[in-house]
Amino acid sequence: MHPLLARRERLGIYLLVWLAIGFLLHLLLVAASHAGWIETLALVAPLCLIYAFVCLAAWYPVTGTPVDSLRELPRAMLTHLAAAFLVSGIWTLLGAGLAYLLAQIPSFAGFFTRFRAQGPVLFGVGVLLYLLSVLLHYALLAYEVSRQAEKREDEARVLARDAELKALKAQVNPHFLFNSLNSISALTSVDPSKAREMCILLAEFLRTTLGLGEKAAIPLEEELSLIRSFLAVEKVRYGARLCVQEAVAPECLSLFVPPLLLQPLVENAVAHGIANLLDGGTIRVEARLEDEVLLIVVANSFDPESVRKRRNGLGLANVRKRLEMRYAGAGSLRVHPGSDTFEVEIALPAERGAA
Amino acid sequence: MSSPDRLRAIVVDDEELARHGLREMLAAHPDIEVVAECANGFEAVKAVSEIAPDLLFLDIQMPKLDGFEVLELLNPGPAVIFVTAYDEYAMRAFEVHAADYLLKPVSAARLAAAIDQARGRIGKTPPPAVELAAAARPPTEYLERLVVRDGTHVHIIPIAKLDYAEAQDDYVALHSGGKQFLKQQTISSLESALDPARFVRIHRSYLVNLDRVVKIEPYTKDSRVVVLADGAQLPVSRAGYTRLQALLEGKA
Repeated sequence: MHPLLARRERLGIYLLVWLAIGFLLHLLLVAASHAGWIETLALVAPLCLIYAFVCLAAWYPVTGTPVDSLRELPRAMLTHLAAAFLVSGIWTLLGAGLAYLLAQIPSFAGFFTRFRAQGPVLFGVGVLLYLLSVLLHYALLAYEVSRQAEKREDEARVLARDAELKALKAQVNPHFLFNSLNSISALTSVDPSKAREMCILLAEFLRTTLGLGEKAAIPLEEELSLIRSFLAVEKVRYGARLCVQEAVAPECLSLFVPPLLLQPLVENAVAHGIANLLDGGTIRVEARLEDEVLLIVVANSFDPESVRKRRNGLGLANVRKRLEMRYAGAGSLRVHPGSDTFEVEIALPAERGAA
Repeated sequence: MSSPDRLRAIVVDDEELARHGLREMLAAHPDIEVVAECANGFEAVKAVSEIAPDLLFLDIQMPKLDGFEVLELLNPGPAVIFVTAYDEYAMRAFEVHAADYLLKPVSAARLAAAIDQARGRIGKTPPPAVELAAAARPPTEYLERLVVRDGTHVHIIPIAKLDYAEAQDDYVALHSGGKQFLKQQTISSLESALDPARFVRIHRSYLVNLDRVVKIEPYTKDSRVVVLADGAQLPVSRAGYTRLQALLEGKA
């Protein structure tokens, strides 16, 4: 769609500009030919109106010959110059025809001869106006292209955010939620204050989870505190079966990581490690900085005889995909399955500010 | 009203709090006597054979043996009420096979209704354990291990260690490392629970682990046998030979 015809207010401004052009052209012709200003107006008004719309047609050769590099410039210039000569030539002839017809009106007698001398001036003005219109249309084209790119970028951003939100939703495991509620339900009579404490822990975990989805990156310290509140809830359920060890180098705490990167790993460690062990086991969370690479390890004991369900691969695949999207080749996730310990190691470039 | 007898029940859940919570709710039912609590599937199988309760409250996700495996090993057993937090496939399976189940956190009203229903089922045929377990498995997953009971002893056979299975009336004989275990299941239902890329039905009565097949030899004019790594020979039917060939060509 033509960018000027598409919007009424743009077309209005364009025609106003043409009113000014017509006025100037009128002055020019009256001064050059000593013709009467009424007969000149009778000629210039229809000519300008027609040419205003003819110049709009420049949009099509302009979109057909976009100039993306200097090499394409000569060809485009030649094309438009040829078009300008052709269009202006036809316009001048049209003007001559109109002047001839006007000259038949008794009061305008002799107008054709007065006009004929001004033919070359009209032709020159026509070429110039057409070329100006070509420039205008190139400017419009550039504007449209950049606006569309912006729109695409916005759409991509919305899509990425949607995907992230979906991922986050999937990460709050319904199994975890209902089991926690069941623990609270049991605690209400056994130990009411503990029940309240667990409600608060669970609320804290859920609130943090929801809040983090908005952010692109958070300090490792925040992610660790999220994990701690998750594990505190699980600890109520599993009691002595769940042990947690944390070994985090202090210089890592302020480094930025994508939110909820470690939480699914810790959740897996509980669901597929600790939950399958009669006497429970240990979850170990480590972080250290090596050559500007942040290394994070989440390890858990597991029962080698237990069936490895396919569902636990999903959490890992999700984390791996997010690393890929954010760090391209610079982030990685490695899995080290041992005889009774399952270890996941994440390596990320050390980020000191929120990107 | 249902039978005036008190029902003897066992609560099976790996979480102490969950057991405690259920036990406390059951205290409001004077007709139910909780005779034991078990923290895992092994304990449950043992306790059921020793105590012979009327009713079992059975959690699904537990270490070692899950609820479905426990049910398989207790055939015929007490009436069972499953207790689960959230498992969409399991819930669908319970609906399909009309098994009694409770969702955590358990409500007093649902508990009373489930007990009433279970009371009506006592002494009747329990839900088919193997089919229930199969229905509760996500459609894209295959069995990773088999459980068999031998008295009070439970054998767990990882699928990779199963050489072949042989139909014997209502049972299948599972052959693994020279040993044989009997399991109450039809060979067809076992076949459908195993990965078809790893196990082939070579004969009406035989299901073989493809990794164990060393060669195929002619036997009579139009029948063949497969020879397994341990030297065992199994008959191959014509249809079985076609299936076997298709799989072997697909692999090559």
